[in-house]
Amino acid sequence: MTWSSRFARSQRSTIVSGILVIVLILVILQLWLLVATMNAYLGGRTGILVPAALVSIACLALNGGLLWYLHDLDH
Amino acid sequence: MRFNPEVGSPGPDGLPNEEQPKWRRDFPIDWPRDEYVGRRDFAKFMVLTSLAFAVGQVWIVVQNFFRSRSGAAPIRAIARVSDLPVGGWRLFNYPQTDHHAILVRLAEDRFVAYDQQCTHLLCPVVAQPERGRLHCPCHNGNFDLETGRVLSGPPPRPLARIRLEIRGGVLYATGVEERAA
Repeated sequence: MTWSSRFARSQRSTIVSGILVIVLILVILQLWLLVATMNAYLGGRTGILVPAALVSIACLALNGGLLWYLHDLDH
Repeated sequence: MRFNPEVGSPGPDGLPNEEQPKWRRDFPIDWPRDEYVGRRDFAKFMVLTSLAFAVGQVWIVVQNFFRSRSGAAPIRAIARVSDLPVGGWRLFNYPQTDHHAILVRLAEDRFVAYDQQCTHLLCPVVAQPERGRLHCPCHNGNFDLETGRVLSGPPPRPLARIRLEIRGGVLYATGVEERAA
């Protein structure tokens, strides 16, 4: 059974909206992280650079996973 | 349920097809499908944005790696003590020759030096010793002359302080102290 036959169109639309909300929250988190990290870097506080980069990469991985799910939803 | 072009679908405003303007009735669109595709493509675009932010984070780490490898700032003579009257100021280049810094004599035996770039948008600051501040004319930012901390305006961080030493009547710059807010 494929994803497209498992969910009705209206259900898929709801799923896409939910995924979009999660992706938007993660992207806003990444933007905040980038600004805070840049500020810390320019201020000479370098201890948070690597953890912040790892968190941002984790957000990207999560977003990538959601995108993959979205791809499966259509195929 | 498949889209029937003869019947159409409720418009984006929620009204039934019969109540839509003629141009929408003439060219019926499967609006739920259109919204689905639009949201899906927007989600894809946001994931690309997420990639850009992650690349930016990694870029900062790489920049920091190269900055830490470049080593400590050099020790350089910047002026003679007798060159500057009390309340006077002058510019010098430190740590690189194309990087401007500002030296101010606060009292007979007190000197301070800061990076001349405003921490807001890198405009050069000017000293106003009579008002006890360093002033950025671009966006009206002000820094405390004695500490380099922000007094008012948009700058988010204090000015980077340049460490000074006096040896034999000569002022030496010995390092740069970046400071967070």
